[in-house]
Amino acid sequence: MKKENESTNENRRKFLKLGLLAGGTLAVGVAGLEKVLSKEEHSGMDKTVMGNDGKMYKTNSKNLKECCSAPVSNEEARKGIEGKKFVMVFDLSKCDGCKKCTDACQEMHFTELDREWIKVFKMKDSETTAPYYLPKPCFHCDNPPCTKVCPVNATFKRQDGIVLIDNERCIGCRMCMAACPYSTRFFNWSHPVQTPEVAAMKYSPEQGYPRRMGTVEKCDFCPDMLRQGKMPACVSGCPMNVIYFGDQNEDAVTNSSGVTLKLSQLLEDNAGYRLLEDLGTEPRVYYLPPKNRKYPKPEMNSGEKNGHKHKEMDMGNMMM
Amino acid sequence: MENSNISYELEAVREDCLRPTHKWGLVTKIWLGCLFAVAAWGLFAFIFQLRHGLGSTAMRNYVSWGLYISTFVFFIGISHSGTLVSAILRITKQEWRRPITRSAELLTFVSLLFGGIMPIIDLGRPDRLLNLVIYGRVQSPLLWDVISICTYFTGSTVFLFLPMIPDMALCRDRLIICDTKFKKFRKWLYTFLALGWTGTKNQWHILEKVMTVMTIVIIPVAVSVHTVVSYIFAMTLRPGWDSTVFGPYFVAGALYSGSAGVILGMAFFRKAYHLEKYITPRHFDLMGRIVLALTLIYAYLNLNEYWIPAYKMATHEGFLLKDLFFGSYSGVFWTLQFGSVLLPIIIMANPKGRQILPLSITCIIIVIGAWIKRYIIVVPTLLHPYMPIQEVPADWSSYFPNWVEWSVTMGCLSGIFIVITLFSKLFPMMAVWEVEEGVEIEHDRKAILEIKNKREAEKRLRTEASVN
Repeated sequence: MKKENESTNENRRKFLKLGLLAGGTLAVGVAGLEKVLSKEEHSGMDKTVMGNDGKMYKTNSKNLKECCSAPVSNEEARKGIEGKKFVMVFDLSKCDGCKKCTDACQEMHFTELDREWIKVFKMKDSETTAPYYLPKPCFHCDNPPCTKVCPVNATFKRQDGIVLIDNERCIGCRMCMAACPYSTRFFNWSHPVQTPEVAAMKYSPEQGYPRRMGTVEKCDFCPDMLRQGKMPACVSGCPMNVIYFGDQNEDAVTNSSGVTLKLSQLLEDNAGYRLLEDLGTEPRVYYLPPKNRKYPKPEMNSGEKNGHKHKEMDMGNMMM
Repeated sequence: MENSNISYELEAVREDCLRPTHKWGLVTKIWLGCLFAVAAWGLFAFIFQLRHGLGSTAMRNYVSWGLYISTFVFFIGISHSGTLVSAILRITKQEWRRPITRSAELLTFVSLLFGGIMPIIDLGRPDRLLNLVIYGRVQSPLLWDVISICTYFTGSTVFLFLPMIPDMALCRDRLIICDTKFKKFRKWLYTFLALGWTGTKNQWHILEKVMTVMTIVIIPVAVSVHTVVSYIFAMTLRPGWDSTVFGPYFVAGALYSGSAGVILGMAFFRKAYHLEKYITPRHFDLMGRIVLALTLIYAYLNLNEYWIPAYKMATHEGFLLKDLFFGSYSGVFWTLQFGSVLLPIIIMANPKGRQILPLSITCIIIVIGAWIKRYIIVVPTLLHPYMPIQEVPADWSSYFPNWVEWSVTMGCLSGIFIVITLFSKLFPMMAVWEVEEGVEIEHDRKAILEIKNKREAEKRLRTEASVN
């Protein structure tokens, strides 16, 4: 009996040893994996800048940003701007499909040109109804299908209504991409194409760059601009005054020309609606129907909705 | 006389079960060599994918889930094999299950292991895997997957390992008298896994008790696993996935493909290890009937899944269904429906179709068909989102897996075969003590029958004598 106890004790010791060895190997393996995968995270470059006192200071480029203030912390980015409930309205009767909104957004966020955080669609809902241009950003839904399914809380809804993505936590499972019915999200399939200056910046979910390989990105309503009281890039960039942006709490939306209107009145007078309302996602983006359209209707390719035939993106003109 | 008969038979059982573990023939070495080559190539492709990102696969922003997730669902489906054979047949006291429980449980263990690896391979940031534990949200279907697959894996490991204990003791005790390779390693392995088993009545009692509990517990766990796997699709709003029948549909598909996998395992080991005496044509006939019943249930749910939306042809479901019925996926879709659902039903309904060779071929068709079916569930839906696919790069609007995805997937498949082969070379592929138990039960039954007949004969003689 005693001998049995001794042998079981020895077996137990051997098992523990093996377990620790396996655990140690696993830890080392994961750390090694991290090293291989975090190749694009730069340590920043030295920069010399002039301070407010007129003196020259040397600092790391990670602390600098071209135009705006320093990006907020992760905790602040998850909380959002207090007292606001951001909302966007598109007046489809004014949209001529020029895609300047897309250009402005891509410039602001250093986005690769094949992914359009705000995308201009040519829609024709059925055989007999009218064709129209539809610019579609992320809708920052109030009942978001994407945040529901994220296993690690990497995408989240803030108190100001904005849905953001934390690319330092995202594990790249793409469940949110499967869940979004509006095809709003994009994935960084490979090493992100970005300049060393951008790659060296400090990351914040509010600005969405520098990008990380293997994570998801999408339109973020430009929260870093909003903190400074500026309009999102697409709103300022639209030459046709299509896009209104504002605060539902104040019941006011403003367009790129500075025209401010009462949100509820605007929606009521123009029969504002939301896309795929019946899905219950509760989008925060409204559309005013293209009545009395100011610009020519879009030319639709045949079979656009029924097959996979479509006009492909012209990759040749892009400077990548 | 009878006692020596039965002990001779039991000894023959042990010999037949343990013989494969003694030899490492040339065929085995070539087989393992090929498998390791494929697995090594798969590993290389995976490291390539780690370095260059998932962009090295053919997945893009519309088809953001492809071969990896389809294979994940398929492997988890196959893992329902062991539960079916071992647990359900055990509970319903089907004696004929005894020679096939070990290979079925092994198939479950191995397909769960590699099925669980597939989503990790599919992650954009596998280095952040631990975020699932640190920041895990229980509202996410993916986390339900993690929990249920880990639970099922633990359960099926116990379910495989527990009945192996008496066999490990047998191997440990017999190692001295037989001539095998890797003797020192095997001595340590068998002793470790036997957990000090000496075959006392108390130990047998504990084993039977725990097996009964595990048998009952593992059935709902297995059902929950594939239900939860279906939820990563069914909990989204996409046309084609937004269906209420996905849970039972996937479980039925898992059971039918898993039990077909069991038959393939039976056929293979019967041939390779000369177990013809134990795995008889009767076993194939009975398993064939089970697969037939499961295929019918799957066909019913499959019909529901497609006929109901097809009748209505709502706008976006309509686009998807037109593509499946008449468009680019129609060839594959109809081949699957007729070839891997209808045809097996017709073959297996015929008793001649349940003979070993036709049944094995049918099961190969079922298993491959089930894999392709998973692909048909995942990919076409992703190519028919609500928003039209317009003016995107050419490689976004179509999908076919490329060399990286094929290599990694084939590497995982060969990994499954490697584990099964190595296992069968180290451990007996039939549960020796269960088969012995079966032999004893059969002997007792025959003995009782003999005594009964004897008594009847005596009675008849006495009544005849009294009449005379």
